Amino acid sequence: MEGICKAFPGVRALHNVDFALRKGEIHALMGENGAGKSTLIKVITGVYEKDAGRIALNGRPIHFKSPQEAQNMGIGTVYQEIALCSNLTVAENMFIGRGRYAFVQWKQMNEKATQLLNSLGIPASPTQELTSCSLAVQQMIAIARAVDMDCKILILDEPTSSLDEDEVNKLFELMRELKSRGVGIIFITHFIEQVYKISDRITVLRNGELIGEYETSSIPQIGLVAKMMGKALEDESKLKKHKPPKSDSSVPVFEATALSSAAGVRPFNFTIQKGEVNGFAGLIGSGRSESARAIFAADKVTGGKVRMKGKRVKIKEPIHAMKQGIGYLPEDRKGDGIIDELSVRDNIILAFQVMKGFFRPFSRTQAEEFADEYVQKLNIKTPSTNTPIKSLSGGNQQKVILARWLLTHPMYLILDEPTRGIDVGTKVEIQKLVLKLAENGMSLTFISSEIDEMLRTCSRLIVMKDREIVGELSGMNLTEHDVMHVIAQGEE
Amino acid sequence: MRRLKAQVSHLVLPLSVLVVLIIINLIKGADYFSLTVVNGALYGNIPNILFGASELVILAIGMTLVTASSQGQDIGIGAGATITSAVFVLFVLNAGDATLLTIVVGFLLSCVAGLVVGAFNGTLVSVFKVQPMVATLILLMGGRSIAFMIDGKLSPILANDISNQIGTVIPGVPIQTPIILTAVFIAIVAVVLKTTNLRLYVESVGINPSAARLNGISPKKIIFLTFLIMGVCTAVAGFIAVNKAGRHDSVNLLKFIMMDAILAVAIGGNSLSGGKFSITGSIIGAYTIEMLNRTMLRLEIQTETILAFKAVFIIILMAVASPVVRDYAKKILQRVRTIGVSSTVRKTGAPNDAEVSNPDTPVKKEE
Repeated sequence: MEGICKAFPGVRALHNVDFALRKGEIHALMGENGAGKSTLIKVITGVYEKDAGRIALNGRPIHFKSPQEAQNMGIGTVYQEIALCSNLTVAENMFIGRGRYAFVQWKQMNEKATQLLNSLGIPASPTQELTSCSLAVQQMIAIARAVDMDCKILILDEPTSSLDEDEVNKLFELMRELKSRGVGIIFITHFIEQVYKISDRITVLRNGELIGEYETSSIPQIGLVAKMMGKALEDESKLKKHKPPKSDSSVPVFEATALSSAAGVRPFNFTIQKGEVNGFAGLIGSGRSESARAIFAADKVTGGKVRMKGKRVKIKEPIHAMKQGIGYLPEDRKGDGIIDELSVRDNIILAFQVMKGFFRPFSRTQAEEFADEYVQKLNIKTPSTNTPIKSLSGGNQQKVILARWLLTHPMYLILDEPTRGIDVGTKVEIQKLVLKLAENGMSLTFISSEIDEMLRTCSRLIVMKDREIVGELSGMNLTEHDVMHVIAQGEE
Repeated sequence: MRRLKAQVSHLVLPLSVLVVLIIINLIKGADYFSLTVVNGALYGNIPNILFGASELVILAIGMTLVTASSQGQDIGIGAGATITSAVFVLFVLNAGDATLLTIVVGFLLSCVAGLVVGAFNGTLVSVFKVQPMVATLILLMGGRSIAFMIDGKLSPILANDISNQIGTVIPGVPIQTPIILTAVFIAIVAVVLKTTNLRLYVESVGINPSAARLNGISPKKIIFLTFLIMGVCTAVAGFIAVNKAGRHDSVNLLKFIMMDAILAVAIGGNSLSGGKFSITGSIIGAYTIEMLNRTMLRLEIQTETILAFKAVFIIILMAVASPVVRDYAKKILQRVRTIGVSSTVRKTGAPNDAEVSNPDTPVKKEE
């Protein structure tokens, strides 16, 4: 593949990406969320059409219009969630939708399934119901399904995320087996260790751009993490971090001890001072978002004690956190943040209105004043405050959610990925805003996949790995190297 | 101005249906709007529609709220109303002489029964996460039997003056009582919507429960609340229906009204999968359905075939209102407009950069 471009309205998802897969190799595709991995895969498999560029298979240019076409050309894909029918048998799952005839030839199908399973060394019987197999075996059956029909390329999107170590090893054996048959495998994962264990080469994407292609043996882990996280943009580097508050002796605004949640984050301690900006650093899945959610009680809190300004408080539901003066901008803007059909105005006043109470609605004029004030303050681009929020661009939607929380005048504001998927200009605006708010005495926790952003805004970084805090960094002159060092080393 | 426009755009469908029906009726006979005065009260086609639609309007209001919050419908409202009115009848018949006090107390008791019914449905839906239609199916099946058990016999008769006046007219008042009661009920709902955040909460929960929770709203409580409100609506509708009929018929009281109530919500421009709602739309929708029913009678369609005609009418209505047809119409409109624009541009010789923006382009979502 050469010079692949793909743009969506308002977002440039892929820009001039080259990608080459050799016969019989396992090629890892790496990058943080939003880097363009999924988009690239979808362009390869024909889910999306490319805007520009060239794709060739065995030297012949190809152009898929649908996933079915890609499959017929020998490109099999296994997605993160196992897309099989759990109440059907193994063989049925392997051949469903494959036959050209209306009638199933059971005997033939089962024989063929047995053959395939044996040849790949998958420990399952064709007549077994799928639910009776372990997740790993199900995953392998999904692969077997994709591999059947003379597969040349196999794409595995996060195949290991729900498997334990043993199961992962079994899956790797299968991958090696396929590799030895000359199948080219594209392997997408967030687990760096696994990449080093199985892949031959690595391609790194960031923000829709190709960062580079490397031999796995020639790039150290720390280098890889650096490539994934990226370098500072010049415009952003002009931002000036303000000094952390001097008096460490004062009572922290928020303090948690042994806090844990149903989302699986290990009990952790956490404090934040008045006017401090800190952040949870770590890769995707490290538990950084889960920790933030635990503080706001967005997930069910399963243990721990919480103090606000030294006073013991109970936070069981988001509303309790809000009443204590905590705001939370969620990671998943679409799923947890915006109420998409409601107007910009309603979206802005929502949290403040809920805090005021069910029986005390703001008057229309009052609500309009609030909305107008923040549309102006945050420079939100919208035709009017009556416009449904869903018709705004991602960056402006994010500003609306930010406005929603600023309107509540929180003491402590948690921002989880406030800059994801939005343009550079807005990113800088948001970072500037964070620093300004802190200067005015607000405490903030800032979480971002882009380590530069955190380095520029946070005076203290809590580094997480595998749902645990593995280190803490503070000081004015932190570099990404320091952070990567902690992540790569694990416990310190 | 823009605000007015946005509100009206939602009402285009129910209002245009209303207009079509009125035209049909006027073609049938120009005396459609004529009023007559009998014993000091107004009668005629329009008062009859307002009179006949009373229960439907009230139930459609409750249905709108339930639909908006729970993204499902309550199909047990007819049976629920039979239970609440059974409680009312039981109290009134056992209280001796029917005075205004006994009627009011009976009504309040039936409201309590309505709240119990609502709480039952609401608990199933909000706590146990049962699909609203499945949850309310329980009362649809069992409700009328329960009402019969409360009655103790078939069709107890409500023979007192006050009931009669509630069901027809109060001497000296020119408008039939159910019409007045419905108007009062609508006014109360309007006041509630004005003085509380019911709309904001219900819409937030209906559109995105997860985001609503993260903004401090409890989706469970709100869904439960809408079912409670539905319960009160059920009680009021049952009260009006039983006083109109003068007897409590557990088998036929408000039978099949859930169909019309759901239809009223749909015709009112509301999405049956929850979210933003328009109670005005549902009310107009309810009156439209009643008008449709009476129009078919006026057109002297055979009684046996009326439901088939109604079904055809509604199919046409739903097809016209469906997003598929609407998008298609929008596209055609846009094309017509673009042709218009480009031709004028050519005439003036300006650069042809007229671009049609499409607000519906999918927003990209990564991972």
